[in-house]
Amino acid sequence: MIGAAIDRLDGRQKVTGRATYSAEWPIERLSYGVIVQSAIAKGTIAAMDVSAAEQAPGVLAVITAGNAPKLPQGGQAGVNPPAGRALTLLQDTRVRYNGEPIAVVIAESFEQATHAASLLRVNYHEEQPAVDIMQALPTAEPYTKKILGQFEPFSRRGDVDAGLRDAAVVVEATYTTPLETHNAMEPHSTIAVWERDQLTLYDATQYVYGVKRFVAKTLGLRDDQVRVVSKFTGGAFGSKGSAWSHVVLAAMAARHVGRPVKIVLSRRQMFGPVGGRPYTVQRLRVGARHDGTLTAIDQDVVSSTSTFEDWVESSTLQTRMLYAAPNVATAQRLVRLNLGTPTFNRGPGESSGTFGLESAIDELAWRLGVDPIELRLRNYASVDPETGLPWSSKSLRECYERGAERFEWSRRTPAPRSMRDGDHLIGLGMATATYPAKRMPASAAATLTADGAILVEAATHEFGTGTYTVMTQIAADALGVPIDRVRFELGDSNLPDNPISAGSMTVSSTGPAVHAAAVALRERIRQAGADPSDVESCRRIIAAAAGAPLSATAAAAPGAEKARYSMHAFGAVFAEVRVDPELGELRVARVVGAYAAGRILNPKTARSQMIGGIIYGLSMALFEHTAIDPRNGRYLNADLSEYLVPVNADVGDIDVLLLDETDEHVNPLGVKGLGEIGTTGVAAAVANAVYHASGVRVRDLPITIDQLLAGSDR
Amino acid sequence: MQPFAFITVTGEQAARQAAAYPDARYLAGGTTLIDLMKLNVERPSTVVDINAVPLAAISELPDGTVRVGAMVRNSDMAHHPLVRDRYPLISQAILAGASGQIRNMATTAGNLLQRTRCYYFRDTTMRCNKREPGTGCAAIDGYNRIHAVLGTSEHCIATHPSDLCVALAAVDATVRVVGSKGARAVPFGEFHVLPDERPERETALEPGELIVAVDLPPLPFARRSVYVKVRDRASYAFALASAAVALDLSGGVIRQARVALGGIATRPWRAHEAELLLEGREASVEMYRQAADAALAAAIPRRHNAFKIELARRTLVRALSRAEALS
Repeated sequence: MIGAAIDRLDGRQKVTGRATYSAEWPIERLSYGVIVQSAIAKGTIAAMDVSAAEQAPGVLAVITAGNAPKLPQGGQAGVNPPAGRALTLLQDTRVRYNGEPIAVVIAESFEQATHAASLLRVNYHEEQPAVDIMQALPTAEPYTKKILGQFEPFSRRGDVDAGLRDAAVVVEATYTTPLETHNAMEPHSTIAVWERDQLTLYDATQYVYGVKRFVAKTLGLRDDQVRVVSKFTGGAFGSKGSAWSHVVLAAMAARHVGRPVKIVLSRRQMFGPVGGRPYTVQRLRVGARHDGTLTAIDQDVVSSTSTFEDWVESSTLQTRMLYAAPNVATAQRLVRLNLGTPTFNRGPGESSGTFGLESAIDELAWRLGVDPIELRLRNYASVDPETGLPWSSKSLRECYERGAERFEWSRRTPAPRSMRDGDHLIGLGMATATYPAKRMPASAAATLTADGAILVEAATHEFGTGTYTVMTQIAADALGVPIDRVRFELGDSNLPDNPISAGSMTVSSTGPAVHAAAVALRERIRQAGADPSDVESCRRIIAAAAGAPLSATAAAAPGAEKARYSMHAFGAVFAEVRVDPELGELRVARVVGAYAAGRILNPKTARSQMIGGIIYGLSMALFEHTAIDPRNGRYLNADLSEYLVPVNADVGDIDVLLLDETDEHVNPLGVKGLGEIGTTGVAAAVANAVYHASGVRVRDLPITIDQLLAGSDR
Repeated sequence: MQPFAFITVTGEQAARQAAAYPDARYLAGGTTLIDLMKLNVERPSTVVDINAVPLAAISELPDGTVRVGAMVRNSDMAHHPLVRDRYPLISQAILAGASGQIRNMATTAGNLLQRTRCYYFRDTTMRCNKREPGTGCAAIDGYNRIHAVLGTSEHCIATHPSDLCVALAAVDATVRVVGSKGARAVPFGEFHVLPDERPERETALEPGELIVAVDLPPLPFARRSVYVKVRDRASYAFALASAAVALDLSGGVIRQARVALGGIATRPWRAHEAELLLEGREASVEMYRQAADAALAAAIPRRHNAFKIELARRTLVRALSRAEALS
């Protein structure tokens, strides 16, 4: 059962439109909220004329800072990332970024609310905002707190300056990644329903318990007064890991009008108020001896955040553990801009950080005249070089080998511009992929019902990753029953407590709890005199108990393994690009990714997840950047016509190899998580291939025609 | 979106009567108008649905002109044998634009009237002379990577986004319109106007006038023609630069050339200077480069779009080389 490539159990529901997403719940007396946003990046609202909006047809209310209920601690009572963020809840008239919520219009229909929202007249006292990362770079300040309460903001081992002095070759370069907006297919949406003092939120989220606790605290409610339901989420990538302003505003609006309120953000409204990947400016210095032995790595990362909440893109973490260099220093600094607060974005830190590090390693390979894979092998870390801990398991060497073999790396001729196909330049590049194997406490329940079916429950999440499917597999396997006897329920804060689905840790956290609950139920069934695999015997014991179902609950949590082992998934990603040397047009013809991430529960859903991760990385490499007006921080390309992500024609052949890897330490299931490692390394592999093809080194993402044209033939 | 009256008509005359209301707009495929209404950029008082008006035929006139009805869907035009065989550059231009779904909705006349993708035009919180005359142009000193380098003024640098129109400019199409003063024919080169001091005025259409057809004149050498489009992604993206080219070659000598550029100008850009340079000369890459230099000689770069000048030159050289290779 575990390890079987079974079809996604919810696939048919999704493609036939029967999967209920958060905006789709049929709710009686539903009204519609539309958020009005600021048109400046910094200042205060001097005056707001809501009269035309209030008088527009169908309007139930207009909520502004003037009439919004005052919340405990000015709306900041629940701030505690990841779920609880510093939001805009109409508690004052300050404006801190362009597109910040300044009012909510509630009407009988979405169209009426949308129209009325356009009728608000707002006057501002405008101040000079800071919106340009390069201009603001001198204001960068070291970040000194633990990142997300977990990771040190800087690191130092050995003596980097001495290491650089010892080096025969030093690569020193600055790499940048732009502001990026997740753009999940499903817009953020929340329906808020009050029944007396009980609040139910149907919310597109990655964290039902987090939203529940955060909203309760923010509104001054007890936890048990809030329920959050999220049965399907239409893509998230980290953007739905937090409860953003619209979630609380929906609850406030529903109480204000005494009716359920639905708020669905428009595509344009997803630029700014619901996070994004921040800018990073990464200065790297990498030194090596002639034989390729690294003597030092220094990475200084400046990332952007808003003016009202510190969010750190932890792009230095992989640099501390990837190579056995004796002298390594990393630092994270922050620049505060008048933009929306950034957040997790698929492989936060590692996706942007591997672009800098793995580009610099490639540059070093060129300078040394060493094959890029060989250079990495010469500095292979057989223990975690930062902590000295052994790896719980590591198969990176095999990933390099198997990936290179599948990719036919050996046909690569080393010199730039040495490979052609007709008029096109061909380039082959590679990079290392890596992502930590994380785990958090989780719980689950398993119940045998009268008909012999088994219901397994855990408040985790499904946003395209295959959670319904693999959790059903885990439970069926533990119980020794066929898949179709198990039904897995998730996405409801009335179910057992589970962590955020982020950091590629849903299977490693919730999986062991589901497994333990299923094992506990199996034992209870046996104690009651039945065989779990025999449906008739199961029905008999329930009937004998007058129909009372048989239940078991279990919790699972990380243990001491974190103190004993360093736990990461690894991979190697290879890209083949075609560059038109005259026009600068770039296409990625082929990607091979070889990954070792512990046990693979379902090769089919795993492969889909990796393909998605790689395409997300291609998108980063080639297209994504959120364009900001340089004067007032307005989000300019805020639609899917102008914010480019790959279309099918942009995605060439993608070949995913999932290596067998046994890990007896990482968690009881031996899984490391797959969601994000697929994105890491891809942008560097593409940039490295572009250099091989064209001789143009692109250090600023995305890699666009403008950059390739500048370094091309005529 | 603002509330509006919605009127469905079945004939040309009824359409024009309905459109006599102030701020009326004709609705064809809706692929531009509806988007802009949602953004409150277009705020018509009346929307006149002309989808039932019988203007969706493609026919050949006795003189060899191909008449394309105003309501012919872009997909149907691209795949029609008369267009595909006689004007490959038109078919290629259409199929290089938008997506399959959009091409199935968008119409010939609608494509002529599509509005710019300028960020500042499409966002009502920003200054824009095209949307609100006299407020200024936020793009000139703003983020202008996608903006025009030819045909700009100090009042507007918005790029005309159409692919089809570039090809129509190259073949000297004629736009047939009807209005209260009767029918008239507008040469394609006079249909779109430069922004100058009045960027809000984009075409030669008078209020209430209705496009009924686009005529493609006989142009035998257009059978040897190409449309080359360079864009940021492989599909579903507007041109950074494009070129529509037809060459009449005989014994290695260019007898006639038709050259138009897209993605870089405030209107579909016929490059007469390039044509003059090419005609009567021997075909060669060197000639094409000279022609490309001539076509871009008047280009004015802004902060983020200077690359378009060189890109457009190279795109034109590529298109001319490909057209030559067809002969």
